[in-house]
Amino acid sequence: MGEELRVLLQGLPLTVEAALGGIALTVVLALVAGLALLSRRRWVRLVSRIYVEGFRGTSEVVQLFWIYFALPVLVGIQLVPLFAGILVLGLNNGAYGAEIVRGAVQSVPREQHDGAVALNFTPVQRMRRVILPQALVEMLPPFNNLFIQLLKATALLLFITVPEITNQGQDVLVPNHLGHTLPIYLLMMALYLVLALVITVLMRLAERWAAGRVGRRPSGSTRRRFLDVPSTSGASW
Amino acid sequence: MTRHAPFLAQSRFWDWGYARDILPALLRGVVVTFEATALGSVLAFGLGLVLALLLRAPFWPVRALVRGLIEFVRSTPLLVQVLLIFFVLPDYGITLSPLTAGVIALGTHYGTYTADVYRAGIDAVPRGQWEAATALSLPRRRVWTGVILPQAVPRVLPALGNYVISMFKDTPVLLAISVGELVRAAQEAGAQTFRYVEPFTMAGLLFLLLSYPSSILVRRLERRVGG
Repeated sequence: MGEELRVLLQGLPLTVEAALGGIALTVVLALVAGLALLSRRRWVRLVSRIYVEGFRGTSEVVQLFWIYFALPVLVGIQLVPLFAGILVLGLNNGAYGAEIVRGAVQSVPREQHDGAVALNFTPVQRMRRVILPQALVEMLPPFNNLFIQLLKATALLLFITVPEITNQGQDVLVPNHLGHTLPIYLLMMALYLVLALVITVLMRLAERWAAGRVGRRPSGSTRRRFLDVPSTSGASW
Repeated sequence: MTRHAPFLAQSRFWDWGYARDILPALLRGVVVTFEATALGSVLAFGLGLVLALLLRAPFWPVRALVRGLIEFVRSTPLLVQVLLIFFVLPDYGITLSPLTAGVIALGTHYGTYTADVYRAGIDAVPRGQWEAATALSLPRRRVWTGVILPQAVPRVLPALGNYVISMFKDTPVLLAISVGELVRAAQEAGAQTFRYVEPFTMAGLLFLLLSYPSSILVRRLERRVGG
């Protein structure tokens, strides 16, 4: 068992790198595209809408294959597998995240906006100092779910031969353990479960921080969930 | 082929003749994708309902066990579950065809999501309905089939619909166990000629073409049911 775990753990850094890279790109794209969905300019909304629907409407696997196998033919640059993976994880989940950001910004009461206007805040100040800090509190729980979806999707990098956890298990361990492969798969799943719990714990802490920053206590449901076994419930939509 | 799109036909990036040649193979892949999604959905709907009812079991260890199972399946990648079912079950004398294994994996994975959808729907049925059913001393079975579920299920149809669309977009994961769905079909078409731009672009467009109208339909259903 120890030997198997050691081989799987060799894949851990790549899974973590892919997940962290994907999460970073997701956050940036979600913020940009989400705010663009609320822009006053029609063409900005349109461009963002095309990005969001395009990436939500096609399969993540297709996007991965397209960027890894088709894009190099078109632009003449072959991407490193890990980089292609991070790009797809970020682009795909960023599209889902954009809807989260849009919804959260829209959920901030209209009076907050009016108040900031009355205080003569510039539009940038209004967004940065008044709207986003409040929207952030709403955003974090759904982003927790999204990040766990993203973590699970790192397993897809098996298809482009990134030696992450699933690849280590499937291509290195399983062929050598034919006949008794169940423990290997359970061990792989346990590693993902631990990583998912780490994401959930960190996001709960972020929720408390974000709520405290705008002078709120964590919402009732958050506090209740905090005492419960951390749940990773809900899908991205 | 020039009559299709003269400016692109000459392009070394896109060959319309080739695109037309591989289209039938891709459409056969779409059929398999639909099969997997339909069968997986049926399984997910059934399993989700069973899990939702077990989450209300009077004996708490049952509830705890089911909750733990749901969280475990949800927190781990679908791909690993697909591989597990396909490669581990033969160790115990159960050999499944790739499609069957894929359907079981999809159905189980999404069953853990639909369980919570049903749970929310059941919780939303007003207390008075339970009390009325008790007052009429309906047998337990009739309470569920005649009173609670007929009110709970229609309300959650849009949420279930969204999971069907999600599952549809997750079926390419099954190419790992060589189920001949759309992306696998595209991969095989490309492997014969080493031209991947057309097959993968077409696969992506087919996904968009099929899933986008469905999600609009679900959104409309959402409005009708009134959230």
